Amino acid sequence: MASNRVLISGNEAFGEAAILSGCEFYAGYPITPQNELIQYMSRRMLEENRVFVQAESELASINMVFGASLSGVRSMTSSSSPGISLMQEGISYLAGCELPAVIINVMRGGPGLGNIAPSQADYFQSTRGGGHGDYRTPVLAPSSVAEIFKIIPRAFDIADRYRTPVIVLGDGMLGQMMEPVDKSLFDIEVKEYPKPWALRGCKGREPQLIKSLYLAPEALEELNLRLQGRYREIEREDVSFESSISLEDELVIVAYGSAARIAAGVIRKLKRENLDIGLFRPITLWPYPYKELGEISKKIKRFLVLEMSLPQMFEDVKLSLYSSNAEIDTLSRTGGVIPTEEEVIAKIKSILK
Amino acid sequence: MRKVIYSRPESLREVRTHYCAGCGHGIVHRLVAELIDELELREKTIAIAPVGCAVLAYNYWNFDTTEAAHGRPLAVATAIKRVQPDKFVFTYQGDGDLAAIGTNETIHAACRGENLTVVFVNNGVYGMTGGQMAPTTVLSQKTTTTALGRESKLHGHPLPLLEMLKVLEGVCYLERRALFSPQEIRKAKDALREAFKNQIEERGFSMVEILSPCPTYTKMTPIDNLKWIEKEIVKTYPLGRVK
Repeated sequence: MASNRVLISGNEAFGEAAILSGCEFYAGYPITPQNELIQYMSRRMLEENRVFVQAESELASINMVFGASLSGVRSMTSSSSPGISLMQEGISYLAGCELPAVIINVMRGGPGLGNIAPSQADYFQSTRGGGHGDYRTPVLAPSSVAEIFKIIPRAFDIADRYRTPVIVLGDGMLGQMMEPVDKSLFDIEVKEYPKPWALRGCKGREPQLIKSLYLAPEALEELNLRLQGRYREIEREDVSFESSISLEDELVIVAYGSAARIAAGVIRKLKRENLDIGLFRPITLWPYPYKELGEISKKIKRFLVLEMSLPQMFEDVKLSLYSSNAEIDTLSRTGGVIPTEEEVIAKIKSILK
Repeated sequence: MRKVIYSRPESLREVRTHYCAGCGHGIVHRLVAELIDELELREKTIAIAPVGCAVLAYNYWNFDTTEAAHGRPLAVATAIKRVQPDKFVFTYQGDGDLAAIGTNETIHAACRGENLTVVFVNNGVYGMTGGQMAPTTVLSQKTTTTALGRESKLHGHPLPLLEMLKVLEGVCYLERRALFSPQEIRKAKDALREAFKNQIEERGFSMVEILSPCPTYTKMTPIDNLKWIEKEIVKTYPLGRVK
Protein backbone atom coordinates (compact mmCIF):
# COMPACT_ATOMS: atom_id res chain seq x y z
CA MET A 1 0.00 0.00 0.00
CA ALA A 2 1.36 3.37 -0.92
CA SER A 3 2.17 5.46 2.12
CA ASN A 4 0.79 8.91 2.45
CA ARG A 5 3.89 9.97 4.31
CA VAL A 6 7.45 10.80 3.30
CA LEU A 7 10.59 10.79 5.38
CA ILE A 8 12.41 14.09 4.93
CA SER A 9 15.04 16.09 6.80
CA GLY A 10 14.40 19.60 8.08
CA ASN A 11 16.94 21.10 5.70
CA GLU A 12 15.35 19.37 2.70
CA ALA A 13 11.92 20.39 3.95
CA PHE A 14 13.00 24.05 3.94
CA GLY A 15 13.96 23.64 0.29
CA GLU A 16 10.91 21.65 -0.83
CA ALA A 17 8.52 23.96 1.01
CA ALA A 18 10.13 26.95 -0.72
CA ILE A 19 9.72 25.31 -4.11
CA LEU A 20 6.09 24.51 -3.33
CA SER A 21 5.66 28.15 -2.28
CA GLY A 22 6.75 29.38 -5.69
CA CYS A 23 10.37 30.26 -4.93
CA GLU A 24 11.87 31.03 -8.35
CA PHE A 25 15.38 31.91 -7.26
CA TYR A 26 17.75 30.47 -4.70
CA ALA A 27 21.38 31.46 -4.09
CA GLY A 28 23.48 30.05 -1.30
CA TYR A 29 26.92 29.21 -0.01
CA PRO A 30 27.74 26.00 1.85
CA ILE A 31 27.99 26.12 5.63
CA THR A 32 27.29 23.45 8.21
CA PRO A 33 24.67 22.54 9.50
CA GLN A 34 22.54 23.62 6.52
CA ASN A 35 24.42 22.00 3.63
CA GLU A 36 21.63 19.56 2.78
CA LEU A 37 19.50 22.57 1.95
CA ILE A 38 21.78 24.06 -0.72
CA GLN A 39 22.45 20.56 -2.05
CA TYR A 40 18.75 19.85 -2.28
CA MET A 41 18.08 23.16 -4.05
CA SER A 42 20.94 22.61 -6.51
CA ARG A 43 19.06 19.61 -7.87
CA ARG A 44 15.38 20.43 -7.31
CA MET A 45 15.46 24.02 -8.61
CA LEU A 46 16.91 22.79 -11.89
CA GLU A 47 14.29 20.03 -12.10
CA GLU A 48 11.63 22.71 -11.72
CA ASN A 49 13.32 24.90 -14.35
CA ARG A 50 14.02 27.63 -11.78
CA VAL A 51 17.23 29.46 -10.96
CA PHE A 52 19.86 28.09 -8.58
CA VAL A 53 23.23 29.80 -8.08
CA GLN A 54 26.01 28.60 -5.83
CA ALA A 55 27.41 31.99 -4.88
CA GLU A 56 31.02 32.77 -4.01
CA SER A 57 30.10 33.99 -0.54
CA GLU A 58 27.20 34.82 1.72
CA LEU A 59 27.60 38.47 0.71
CA ALA A 60 27.08 37.49 -2.90
CA SER A 61 24.17 35.16 -2.02
CA ILE A 62 22.13 37.81 -0.26
CA ASN A 63 22.86 40.37 -2.97
CA MET A 64 21.80 37.88 -5.63
CA VAL A 65 18.57 37.50 -3.68
CA PHE A 66 18.33 41.30 -3.83
CA GLY A 67 18.64 41.22 -7.64
CA ALA A 68 16.11 38.41 -8.05
CA SER A 69 13.67 40.06 -5.67
CA LEU A 70 13.77 43.40 -7.47
CA SER A 71 13.01 41.43 -10.63
CA GLY A 72 9.71 40.50 -9.00
CA VAL A 73 10.22 36.81 -8.26
CA ARG A 74 10.10 34.97 -4.97
CA SER A 75 13.67 34.48 -3.83
CA MET A 76 15.42 32.81 -0.95
CA THR A 77 18.79 32.11 0.57
CA SER A 78 19.89 30.07 3.54
CA SER A 79 22.89 29.91 5.79
CA SER A 80 24.00 29.31 9.33
CA SER A 81 25.02 31.79 12.00
CA PRO A 82 28.44 33.12 10.80
CA GLY A 83 27.08 33.27 7.26
CA ILE A 84 24.00 35.16 8.40
CA SER A 85 26.27 37.72 10.05
CA LEU A 86 27.82 38.32 6.64
CA MET A 87 24.39 38.71 5.10
CA GLN A 88 23.29 41.43 7.49
CA GLU A 89 24.43 44.21 5.15
CA GLY A 90 22.25 42.79 2.39
CA ILE A 91 19.29 42.25 4.73
CA SER A 92 19.46 45.91 5.72
CA TYR A 93 19.48 46.88 2.02
CA LEU A 94 16.50 44.62 1.32
CA ALA A 95 14.65 46.31 4.18
CA GLY A 96 15.68 49.79 2.98
CA CYS A 97 14.62 49.03 -0.60
CA GLU A 98 11.38 47.40 0.58
CA LEU A 99 12.18 44.12 -1.15
CA PRO A 100 10.65 40.78 -0.14
CA ALA A 101 12.91 37.79 0.50
CA VAL A 102 13.14 34.75 2.73
CA ILE A 103 16.33 34.06 4.65
CA ILE A 104 16.71 30.76 6.50
CA ASN A 105 19.12 30.59 9.40
CA VAL A 106 19.90 27.05 10.56
CA MET A 107 21.62 28.25 13.72
CA ARG A 108 24.80 26.82 15.20
CA GLY A 109 26.91 27.71 18.24
CA GLY A 110 28.66 31.07 18.37
CA PRO A 111 30.16 33.62 18.71
CA GLY A 112 32.84 33.60 16.08
CA LEU A 113 33.44 30.28 14.39
CA GLY A 114 31.88 28.60 17.43
CA ASN A 115 30.84 25.11 16.46
CA ILE A 116 28.34 23.29 14.29
CA ALA A 117 26.08 22.09 17.11
CA PRO A 118 22.44 23.25 17.40
CA SER A 119 21.95 26.57 19.11
CA GLN A 120 19.48 29.43 19.41
CA ALA A 121 22.08 32.10 20.06
CA ASP A 122 21.08 34.33 17.11
CA TYR A 123 17.81 35.37 18.76
CA PHE A 124 18.87 38.96 19.38
CA GLN A 125 20.48 39.25 15.94
CA SER A 126 17.27 38.11 14.26
CA THR A 127 14.67 39.87 16.36
CA ARG A 128 16.48 43.16 16.99
CA GLY A 129 17.77 43.91 13.52
CA GLY A 130 21.29 42.62 13.06
CA GLY A 131 22.13 45.00 10.25
CA HIS A 132 22.37 48.78 10.39
CA GLY A 133 19.50 51.22 10.51
CA ASP A 134 15.89 51.50 11.63
CA TYR A 135 14.29 48.29 10.45
CA ARG A 136 12.79 45.05 11.69
CA THR A 137 12.53 41.63 10.15
CA PRO A 138 9.63 39.28 10.83
CA VAL A 139 11.07 36.08 12.34
CA LEU A 140 9.32 32.71 12.18
CA ALA A 141 10.49 29.68 14.16
CA PRO A 142 9.20 26.19 13.28
CA SER A 143 9.72 23.40 15.78
CA SER A 144 9.15 20.35 13.59
CA VAL A 145 9.86 19.23 10.05
CA ALA A 146 6.14 19.11 9.31
CA GLU A 147 5.68 22.66 10.57
CA ILE A 148 8.30 23.87 8.08
CA PHE A 149 5.71 23.24 5.35
CA LYS A 150 3.40 25.74 7.05
CA ILE A 151 6.03 28.28 8.02
CA ILE A 152 7.78 28.70 4.66
CA PRO A 153 4.65 29.59 2.62
CA ARG A 154 3.71 32.01 5.37
CA ALA A 155 7.20 33.53 5.30
CA PHE A 156 6.88 34.18 1.55
CA ASP A 157 3.40 35.63 2.04
CA ILE A 158 4.51 38.02 4.78
CA ALA A 159 7.53 38.99 2.67
CA ASP A 160 5.38 39.80 -0.37
CA ARG A 161 2.52 41.40 1.55
CA TYR A 162 4.72 43.84 3.46
CA ARG A 163 7.65 44.01 1.02
CA THR A 164 10.12 42.97 3.66
CA PRO A 165 12.83 40.37 4.22
CA VAL A 166 11.62 37.59 6.52
CA ILE A 167 13.88 35.37 8.60
CA VAL A 168 13.06 31.74 9.31
CA LEU A 169 14.95 30.59 12.34
CA GLY A 170 15.80 26.92 12.70
CA ASP A 171 18.79 25.23 14.25
CA GLY A 172 21.13 22.34 13.55
CA MET A 173 18.82 19.88 15.27
CA LEU A 174 15.74 20.81 13.25
CA GLY A 175 17.78 21.05 10.05
CA GLN A 176 19.46 17.67 10.36
CA MET A 177 16.75 15.49 11.80
CA MET A 178 14.39 13.45 9.63
CA GLU A 179 10.70 13.09 10.34
CA PRO A 180 7.81 11.49 8.54
CA VAL A 181 5.67 14.17 6.98
CA ASP A 182 2.12 13.85 5.72
CA LYS A 183 2.01 14.45 1.96
CA SER A 184 -1.12 16.56 2.32
CA LEU A 185 1.20 19.28 3.67
CA PHE A 186 2.54 19.59 0.13
CA ASP A 187 -0.74 21.08 -1.03
CA ILE A 188 0.38 24.66 -0.73
CA GLU A 189 -1.72 27.30 -2.35
CA VAL A 190 0.58 29.92 -3.83
CA LYS A 191 -0.81 33.40 -3.43
CA GLU A 192 0.08 35.81 -6.20
CA TYR A 193 1.03 39.33 -5.16
CA PRO A 194 1.13 41.97 -7.88
CA LYS A 195 4.54 43.61 -8.01
CA PRO A 196 4.17 46.76 -10.11
CA TRP A 197 7.31 48.13 -8.47
CA ALA A 198 9.54 45.39 -9.93
CA LEU A 199 12.24 46.29 -12.46
CA ARG A 200 11.45 44.50 -15.69
CA GLY A 201 12.42 47.15 -18.19
CA CYS A 202 10.35 50.29 -18.82
CA LYS A 203 8.37 49.05 -21.81
CA GLY A 204 4.89 50.56 -21.63
CA ARG A 205 5.53 52.58 -18.49
CA GLU A 206 7.79 55.23 -16.94
CA PRO A 207 11.26 54.07 -15.81
CA GLN A 208 11.42 52.90 -12.19
CA LEU A 209 14.10 53.10 -9.53
CA ILE A 210 14.70 50.91 -6.51
CA LYS A 211 17.02 52.45 -3.93
CA SER A 212 17.59 53.02 -0.24
CA LEU A 213 19.63 56.21 -0.61
CA TYR A 214 17.90 59.31 0.74
CA LEU A 215 20.41 62.10 1.11
CA ALA A 216 17.91 64.49 2.68
CA PRO A 217 17.41 63.47 6.33
CA GLU A 218 13.70 64.32 6.21
CA ALA A 219 13.19 62.03 3.22
CA LEU A 220 14.95 59.14 4.96
CA GLU A 221 12.97 59.79 8.11
CA GLU A 222 9.83 59.54 6.01
CA LEU A 223 10.89 56.15 4.65
CA ASN A 224 11.75 54.93 8.14
CA LEU A 225 8.44 56.09 9.53
CA ARG A 226 6.63 54.39 6.67
CA LEU A 227 8.50 51.17 7.45
CA GLN A 228 7.65 51.54 11.13
CA GLY A 229 3.99 51.92 10.23
CA ARG A 230 4.22 48.65 8.35
CA TYR A 231 5.95 46.99 11.31
CA ARG A 232 3.08 48.10 13.58
CA GLU A 233 0.70 46.50 11.10
CA ILE A 234 2.70 43.27 11.18
CA GLU A 235 2.52 43.39 14.99
CA ARG A 236 -1.27 43.69 14.76
CA GLU A 237 -1.81 41.09 12.05
CA ASP A 238 0.88 38.47 12.17
CA VAL A 239 1.67 37.44 15.73
CA SER A 240 1.46 33.70 16.17
CA PHE A 241 2.13 31.20 18.89
CA GLU A 242 0.95 27.87 20.17
CA SER A 243 -0.03 27.29 23.74
CA SER A 244 -1.35 24.41 25.77
CA ILE A 245 -2.22 25.81 29.12
CA SER A 246 -4.87 25.02 31.70
CA LEU A 247 -5.78 26.76 34.92
CA GLU A 248 -4.41 23.83 36.92
CA ASP A 249 -0.90 24.36 35.57
CA GLU A 250 1.75 24.91 38.22
CA LEU A 251 4.14 26.52 35.78
CA VAL A 252 4.39 27.48 32.14
CA ILE A 253 7.47 26.74 30.05
CA VAL A 254 8.16 29.35 27.39
CA ALA A 255 10.27 27.93 24.58
CA TYR A 256 10.51 28.03 20.77
CA GLY A 257 11.91 25.82 18.03
CA SER A 258 13.87 22.77 19.15
CA ALA A 259 13.77 23.86 22.80
CA ALA A 260 9.97 23.70 22.66
CA ARG A 261 10.18 20.04 21.66
CA ILE A 262 12.34 19.29 24.69
CA ALA A 263 9.75 21.13 26.78
CA ALA A 264 6.97 18.98 25.30
CA GLY A 265 8.85 15.84 26.33
CA VAL A 266 9.31 17.22 29.82
CA ILE A 267 5.62 18.03 30.14
CA ARG A 268 4.64 14.50 29.10
CA LYS A 269 6.97 12.99 31.70
CA LEU A 270 5.81 15.27 34.51
CA LYS A 271 2.20 14.52 33.69
CA ARG A 272 2.87 10.96 34.80
CA GLU A 273 3.92 12.39 38.16
CA ASN A 274 0.66 14.37 38.29
CA LEU A 275 2.43 17.66 37.76
CA ASP A 276 0.59 19.95 35.35
CA ILE A 277 2.92 22.11 33.32
CA GLY A 278 1.87 24.36 30.45
CA LEU A 279 3.74 25.23 27.27
CA PHE A 280 3.79 28.57 25.51
CA ARG A 281 5.58 28.44 22.18
CA PRO A 282 6.04 31.65 20.18
CA ILE A 283 6.03 30.92 16.45
CA THR A 284 6.74 34.53 15.52
CA LEU A 285 9.73 35.75 17.52
CA TRP A 286 9.21 39.17 16.02
CA PRO A 287 6.49 40.28 16.34
CA TYR A 288 6.57 38.63 19.76
CA PRO A 289 3.30 37.53 21.38
CA TYR A 290 3.75 39.95 24.28
CA LYS A 291 0.06 40.50 24.88
CA GLU A 292 -0.93 36.84 24.70
CA LEU A 293 1.79 35.77 27.10
CA GLY A 294 0.87 38.65 29.39
CA GLU A 295 -2.73 37.42 29.50
CA ILE A 296 -1.58 34.01 30.75
CA SER A 297 0.25 35.62 33.66
CA LYS A 298 -3.08 36.78 35.05
CA LYS A 299 -3.82 33.13 35.87
CA ILE A 300 -0.47 31.42 36.23
CA LYS A 301 2.36 32.93 38.21
CA ARG A 302 5.36 30.75 37.49
CA PHE A 303 7.29 30.76 34.21
CA LEU A 304 10.39 28.99 33.02
CA VAL A 305 12.10 30.27 29.90
CA LEU A 306 13.91 27.41 28.21
CA GLU A 307 16.32 28.37 25.48
CA MET A 308 19.47 27.13 23.78
CA SER A 309 21.17 30.49 24.26
CA LEU A 310 22.19 32.50 27.27
CA PRO A 311 19.15 34.47 28.29
CA GLN A 312 17.99 36.22 25.16
CA MET A 313 14.32 35.42 24.60
CA PHE A 314 14.09 35.79 28.39
CA GLU A 315 14.05 39.56 27.84
CA ASP A 316 10.94 39.33 25.68
CA VAL A 317 9.25 37.17 28.29
CA LYS A 318 10.09 39.80 30.91
CA LEU A 319 8.58 42.47 28.67
CA SER A 320 5.46 40.32 28.28
CA LEU A 321 5.07 39.91 32.01
CA TYR A 322 6.28 43.32 33.17
CA SER A 323 3.01 44.31 34.80
CA SER A 324 2.39 40.97 36.50
CA ASN A 325 3.88 39.64 39.70
CA ALA A 326 4.87 36.35 38.07
CA GLU A 327 8.13 34.60 38.88
CA ILE A 328 10.29 34.11 35.80
CA ASP A 329 13.11 31.61 35.88
CA THR A 330 15.46 30.58 33.09
CA LEU A 331 17.17 27.46 31.96
CA SER A 332 19.71 28.34 29.33
CA ARG A 333 22.28 26.13 27.72
CA THR A 334 24.68 27.53 25.18
CA GLY A 335 27.54 26.68 22.86
CA GLY A 336 25.53 23.98 21.15
CA VAL A 337 24.63 22.09 24.33
CA ILE A 338 21.09 20.70 24.08
CA PRO A 339 19.30 20.78 27.43
CA THR A 340 18.23 17.31 28.58
CA GLU A 341 14.71 16.55 29.74
CA GLU A 342 16.19 15.45 33.07
CA GLU A 343 17.83 18.78 33.78
CA VAL A 344 14.68 20.65 32.84
CA ILE A 345 12.63 18.40 35.14
CA ALA A 346 15.12 18.95 37.98
CA LYS A 347 14.90 22.70 37.41
CA ILE A 348 11.10 22.69 37.48
CA LYS A 349 11.03 20.62 40.64
CA SER A 350 13.43 23.00 42.34
CA ILE A 351 11.19 25.95 41.36
CA LEU A 352 8.05 24.23 42.63
CA LYS A 353 9.60 23.08 45.88
CA MET B 1 16.71 71.89 -44.90
CA ARG B 2 18.02 71.75 -41.33
CA LYS B 3 18.96 68.38 -39.97
CA VAL B 4 19.43 67.50 -36.31
CA ILE B 5 22.90 66.04 -35.96
CA TYR B 6 23.30 66.13 -32.20
CA SER B 7 20.72 66.06 -29.44
CA ARG B 8 20.06 64.65 -25.99
CA PRO B 9 19.49 60.89 -26.15
CA GLU B 10 16.09 59.69 -24.97
CA SER B 11 17.91 57.57 -22.41
CA LEU B 12 19.37 60.67 -20.76
CA ARG B 13 17.19 62.87 -18.59
CA GLU B 14 17.33 66.64 -18.76
CA VAL B 15 18.70 67.32 -15.27
CA ARG B 16 21.44 69.51 -13.86
CA THR B 17 24.69 67.66 -13.11
CA HIS B 18 25.88 67.06 -9.56
CA TYR B 19 29.36 66.07 -10.69
CA CYS B 20 32.39 68.33 -10.17
CA ALA B 21 33.70 70.46 -13.02
CA GLY B 22 35.86 68.34 -15.33
CA CYS B 23 34.61 64.99 -13.99
CA GLY B 24 34.39 62.17 -16.52
CA HIS B 25 31.17 60.58 -15.31
CA GLY B 26 28.97 62.93 -17.33
CA ILE B 27 30.70 61.87 -20.54
CA VAL B 28 30.43 58.16 -19.75
CA HIS B 29 26.78 58.51 -18.70
CA ARG B 30 26.09 60.08 -22.05
CA LEU B 31 27.99 57.43 -24.02
CA VAL B 32 25.97 54.74 -22.28
CA ALA B 33 22.70 56.56 -22.96
CA GLU B 34 23.56 57.12 -26.63
CA LEU B 35 24.33 53.44 -27.12
CA ILE B 36 21.18 52.30 -25.36
CA ASP B 37 19.20 54.48 -27.76
CA GLU B 38 21.18 53.37 -30.80
CA LEU B 39 20.82 49.68 -29.95
CA GLU B 40 17.15 50.21 -29.00
CA LEU B 41 17.63 48.77 -25.54
CA ARG B 42 15.95 51.42 -23.40
CA GLU B 43 12.74 49.54 -22.71
CA LYS B 44 14.52 46.37 -21.72
CA THR B 45 17.42 47.79 -19.74
CA ILE B 46 18.02 47.35 -16.02
CA ALA B 47 21.07 49.25 -14.80
CA ILE B 48 22.85 49.00 -11.47
CA ALA B 49 24.48 52.11 -10.05
CA PRO B 50 27.41 51.73 -7.68
CA VAL B 51 28.34 53.33 -4.39
CA GLY B 52 30.61 56.36 -4.78
CA CYS B 53 30.32 59.47 -6.92
CA ALA B 54 28.19 57.66 -9.51
CA VAL B 55 25.68 56.51 -6.89
CA LEU B 56 23.28 59.03 -8.43
CA ALA B 57 23.76 57.76 -11.99
CA TYR B 58 20.10 56.75 -11.91
CA ASN B 59 19.10 60.42 -11.69
CA TYR B 60 20.42 60.87 -15.21
CA TRP B 61 19.28 57.72 -16.94
CA ASN B 62 15.81 57.31 -18.34
CA PHE B 63 15.40 53.55 -17.92
CA ASP B 64 14.94 51.09 -15.03
CA THR B 65 17.70 51.43 -12.46
CA THR B 66 18.66 50.26 -9.01
CA GLU B 67 21.43 50.55 -6.47
CA ALA B 68 23.63 47.90 -4.90
CA ALA B 69 25.53 47.74 -1.65
CA HIS B 70 29.17 48.79 -1.87
CA GLY B 71 30.95 46.37 -4.21
CA ARG B 72 27.95 44.14 -4.86
CA PRO B 73 26.57 45.29 -8.24
CA LEU B 74 27.74 42.16 -10.03
CA ALA B 75 26.02 39.85 -7.55
CA VAL B 76 22.81 41.84 -8.00
CA ALA B 77 23.26 41.87 -11.78
CA THR B 78 23.91 38.11 -11.87
CA ALA B 79 20.50 37.41 -10.36
CA ILE B 80 18.62 39.96 -12.46
CA LYS B 81 20.06 38.50 -15.66
CA ARG B 82 19.49 34.89 -14.57
CA VAL B 83 15.87 35.64 -13.72
CA GLN B 84 15.28 37.91 -16.73
CA PRO B 85 17.63 36.67 -19.45
CA ASP B 86 15.76 38.67 -22.10
CA LYS B 87 16.70 42.00 -20.47
CA PHE B 88 19.80 44.10 -20.99
CA VAL B 89 21.62 44.34 -17.65
CA PHE B 90 24.72 46.39 -17.00
CA THR B 91 26.62 47.60 -13.96
CA TYR B 92 28.31 50.98 -13.75
CA GLN B 93 31.12 50.86 -11.23
CA GLY B 94 34.07 52.86 -9.98
CA ASP B 95 37.47 51.58 -8.99
CA GLY B 96 36.70 51.28 -5.28
CA ASP B 97 33.44 49.47 -5.90
CA LEU B 98 34.79 47.13 -8.55
CA ALA B 99 38.40 46.57 -7.55
CA ALA B 100 38.48 46.90 -3.74
CA ILE B 101 35.39 46.05 -1.74
CA GLY B 102 33.79 44.21 -4.67
CA THR B 103 36.81 42.36 -6.07
CA ASN B 104 35.32 39.04 -5.03
CA GLU B 105 31.99 39.65 -6.78
CA THR B 106 33.83 40.99 -9.85
CA ILE B 107 36.13 38.00 -10.22
CA HIS B 108 33.44 35.41 -9.65
CA ALA B 109 30.79 36.95 -11.92
CA ALA B 110 33.50 37.12 -14.61
CA CYS B 111 34.64 33.58 -13.88
CA ARG B 112 31.09 32.25 -14.11
CA GLY B 113 30.87 33.97 -17.47
CA GLU B 114 27.68 35.80 -16.60
CA ASN B 115 26.22 37.38 -19.73
CA LEU B 116 26.63 40.91 -18.39
CA THR B 117 28.26 44.19 -19.30
CA VAL B 118 30.40 46.20 -16.89
CA VAL B 119 31.17 49.87 -17.35
CA PHE B 120 34.24 50.40 -15.18
CA VAL B 121 35.13 54.04 -14.59
CA ASN B 122 38.67 54.30 -13.25
CA ASN B 123 39.64 57.72 -11.92
CA GLY B 124 42.32 56.42 -9.58
CA VAL B 125 40.90 57.84 -6.34
CA TYR B 126 37.94 57.53 -4.01
CA GLY B 127 36.08 60.64 -5.02
CA MET B 128 32.97 60.67 -2.89
CA THR B 129 34.72 59.96 0.40
CA GLY B 130 37.30 62.68 -0.09
CA GLY B 131 40.08 61.58 -2.42
CA GLN B 132 41.65 58.63 -0.63
CA MET B 133 43.89 56.05 -2.31
CA ALA B 134 42.08 53.57 -4.56
CA PRO B 135 43.46 50.17 -5.59
CA THR B 136 44.05 51.79 -8.98
CA THR B 137 45.98 54.83 -7.67
CA VAL B 138 49.27 54.91 -9.56
CA LEU B 139 52.69 54.95 -7.90
CA SER B 140 53.81 58.38 -6.62
CA GLN B 141 50.23 59.72 -6.98
CA LYS B 142 49.23 61.90 -4.03
CA THR B 143 45.90 61.23 -2.37
CA THR B 144 44.51 62.09 1.05
CA THR B 145 45.78 58.75 2.40
CA THR B 146 49.04 58.79 0.44
CA ALA B 147 50.07 62.34 1.26
CA LEU B 148 53.63 61.85 -0.01
CA GLY B 149 52.56 59.78 -2.97
CA ARG B 150 51.75 56.10 -3.32
CA GLU B 151 54.75 53.97 -2.57
CA SER B 152 54.68 50.26 -3.40
CA LYS B 153 56.42 49.20 -0.19
CA LEU B 154 53.97 51.09 1.98
CA HIS B 155 50.75 51.00 0.00
CA GLY B 156 51.10 48.12 -2.43
CA HIS B 157 51.00 48.22 -6.20
CA PRO B 158 48.26 49.54 -8.48
CA LEU B 159 45.74 46.84 -9.37
CA PRO B 160 45.50 45.99 -13.10
CA LEU B 161 42.03 44.51 -13.03
CA LEU B 162 41.55 43.82 -16.74
CA GLU B 163 44.89 42.02 -16.98
CA MET B 164 43.85 39.91 -13.99
CA LEU B 165 40.49 39.03 -15.50
CA LYS B 166 42.04 38.15 -18.85
CA VAL B 167 42.97 34.64 -17.74
CA LEU B 168 39.40 33.70 -16.87
CA GLU B 169 37.62 31.40 -19.30
CA GLY B 170 34.25 33.02 -18.68
CA VAL B 171 35.42 36.43 -19.84
CA CYS B 172 34.57 37.32 -23.39
CA TYR B 173 35.78 40.88 -23.89
CA LEU B 174 38.00 43.37 -22.02
CA GLU B 175 39.07 46.74 -23.29
CA ARG B 176 40.60 49.84 -21.70
CA ARG B 177 39.93 53.29 -23.10
CA ALA B 178 40.16 56.89 -21.82
CA LEU B 179 38.47 60.28 -22.11
CA PHE B 180 41.40 62.60 -22.83
CA SER B 181 40.45 63.55 -26.40
CA PRO B 182 37.40 63.48 -28.67
CA GLN B 183 39.04 60.68 -30.66
CA GLU B 184 39.61 58.65 -27.52
CA ILE B 185 36.03 59.28 -26.34
CA ARG B 186 34.86 57.91 -29.68
CA LYS B 187 36.99 54.80 -29.14
CA ALA B 188 35.52 54.43 -25.67
CA LYS B 189 32.07 54.47 -27.22
CA ASP B 190 33.12 51.85 -29.76
CA ALA B 191 34.39 49.64 -26.95
CA LEU B 192 31.15 50.06 -25.01
CA ARG B 193 29.19 49.21 -28.14
CA GLU B 194 31.16 45.99 -28.49
CA ALA B 195 30.53 45.17 -24.82
CA PHE B 196 26.80 45.87 -25.16
CA LYS B 197 26.52 43.80 -28.32
CA ASN B 198 28.28 40.87 -26.68
CA GLN B 199 25.48 40.67 -24.15
CA ILE B 200 22.77 40.96 -26.79
CA GLU B 201 24.47 38.16 -28.71
CA GLU B 202 24.83 36.15 -25.50
CA ARG B 203 28.59 35.92 -25.78
CA GLY B 204 29.34 36.33 -22.07
CA PHE B 205 31.05 38.67 -19.68
CA SER B 206 32.37 41.98 -21.05
CA MET B 207 34.04 44.86 -19.28
CA VAL B 208 35.22 48.24 -20.55
CA GLU B 209 37.53 50.21 -18.30
CA ILE B 210 37.54 53.94 -18.92
CA LEU B 211 40.33 56.11 -17.53
CA SER B 212 38.52 59.16 -16.27
CA PRO B 213 39.60 62.47 -14.77
CA CYS B 214 38.97 63.63 -11.21
CA PRO B 215 40.24 67.22 -11.17
CA THR B 216 38.96 67.79 -7.64
CA TYR B 217 41.20 65.18 -6.05
CA THR B 218 44.11 65.17 -8.47
CA LYS B 219 44.14 68.89 -7.72
CA MET B 220 44.69 69.64 -11.39
CA THR B 221 42.77 71.72 -13.88
CA PRO B 222 40.45 69.59 -16.01
CA ILE B 223 42.78 70.03 -19.01
CA ASP B 224 45.92 69.15 -17.02
CA ASN B 225 44.14 66.12 -15.61
CA LEU B 226 43.36 64.84 -19.11
CA LYS B 227 46.95 65.46 -20.23
CA TRP B 228 48.22 63.59 -17.17
CA ILE B 229 46.06 60.60 -18.03
CA GLU B 230 47.31 60.67 -21.63
CA LYS B 231 51.01 61.01 -20.71
CA GLU B 232 51.32 59.21 -17.35
CA ILE B 233 48.37 57.05 -16.36
CA VAL B 234 48.45 55.03 -19.56
CA LYS B 235 51.95 53.83 -18.60
CA THR B 236 50.37 51.86 -15.74
CA TYR B 237 47.11 51.17 -17.55
CA PRO B 238 47.85 50.78 -21.28
CA LEU B 239 44.95 51.47 -23.61
CA GLY B 240 43.52 48.95 -26.01
CA ARG B 241 41.93 45.57 -26.10
CA VAL B 242 43.10 43.30 -23.30
CA LYS B 243 41.01 40.31 -24.36
